[in-house]
Amino acid sequence: MLGDMERARGEIARVIGEHRDRIAAAWVVAQESRLASPGAVDAEELREEAETLIACLREGLAAAVPLDHVVTGFPPIKNAVTDLSHRWARLGVSATAIAGAIFALKDACLEVLAEEISDIELRLEATQLIHRLLDAAGLLTFQTYVDSREEIIQRQNRQLLEISTPVVRLWRKVLAVPLIGTLDSARAQIVMESLLQAIQENEAAVAIIDITGVPTVDTAVAQHLMQTVAATRLMGADCILSGIRPQIAQMIARLGIDLSEIITRSSLADALTAAMRMVDDVSPGEDTRGESTLLNVP
Amino acid sequence: MSDRELVTTGHVCAVPIRAEDDLLAARHAVRAAALEAGFGLVAQTKLITAASELVRNCYVHGGGGSLVIEHLVPPPRAGLRLTISDEGPGMEDPAAALIDGYSTGPGLGHGLGGAKRLVHEFHLETEPGKGTTVVITRWAGER
Repeated sequence: MLGDMERARGEIARVIGEHRDRIAAAWVVAQESRLASPGAVDAEELREEAETLIACLREGLAAAVPLDHVVTGFPPIKNAVTDLSHRWARLGVSATAIAGAIFALKDACLEVLAEEISDIELRLEATQLIHRLLDAAGLLTFQTYVDSREEIIQRQNRQLLEISTPVVRLWRKVLAVPLIGTLDSARAQIVMESLLQAIQENEAAVAIIDITGVPTVDTAVAQHLMQTVAATRLMGADCILSGIRPQIAQMIARLGIDLSEIITRSSLADALTAAMRMVDDVSPGEDTRGESTLLNVP
Repeated sequence: MSDRELVTTGHVCAVPIRAEDDLLAARHAVRAAALEAGFGLVAQTKLITAASELVRNCYVHGGGGSLVIEHLVPPPRAGLRLTISDEGPGMEDPAAALIDGYSTGPGLGHGLGGAKRLVHEFHLETEPGKGTTVVITRWAGER
């Protein structure tokens, strides 16, 4: 049985090698009719793609790699398939269409194999082999697609976390943290860390936490805010909570959360006025850094 | 991705609560439903906050579960009924859990009682070892 498979493998490699032009041509024709937007990938590129894929496939079959690892463990094929997925994905071809293109290579190969291999047993073996190989290749395109999407999502997550927690210097000794979006424990931690660090660096006396952009304030968010305020106090700075909208004020009162320990203001402007009174200083600072400097973007 | 998607069948919408990210999805689903039901800004915020508390309880204490949003449309009143259920350890003393400041975890202990004050109807069903189900209802256009 194993001998049959090895023989089929050798035979496929030979047939594909001899008839690569025919297979490539058949595949290009199939792709041109299949791709939803025919202009996305032009015929010349398609032809090159086909030739690379077929050449790699032949090399993989000829190389001493176990069949199940030909696609994933033999670098030239793996690279050819992932490159193709990346390139086509950038051109806007859907994941299904990319996998479909790889599967279409089966038809092109099988057609030629059927003509070239007369032995029925051998042809059956070769057919199964081609299916296994190209199924694995098709799955690889999907994996590549998913991986690249996953990477984009991760990157955007990190970017969001960064842009959403800036600490801004408003005045000498006065810092502000405009919070935007949801305040979960991970973000609360980042906010606290960057705020405390900025307080130390700027010898700030007052920190304003603005929650205008926080859509929902529930007990967990309130708790995070209270912890941040407590930590700020330990550093010797005062904290003002601003941007409390009417419905949020109602909510905090209704939930029974006691924020009476914290100085609160409805708008950032009010908070800044209060802060300037607290630092008892109307000059923006002895250095000429300007009123608003982005200090700490982690 | 697909198991995070909202399953909508007619006027019922279910959100699975399995990870911290689902809390956000749950809030968005409630907000969308509240908008659709014609809730005012304050009523919206109240319902979302109540849902946020209960869904967080479901995730933190109950180890995850689900949120079901139902549109209630017996004319002339429109409203929303949210069912938040988990199969976690349940509560030993539900009456005590409703008192402000009572918490078995690190939280403030205002969530359950607060949620009750934010809605018009509140039903809590729990038994130790049998999970917890909370059903809350809020009508549109009522204080």
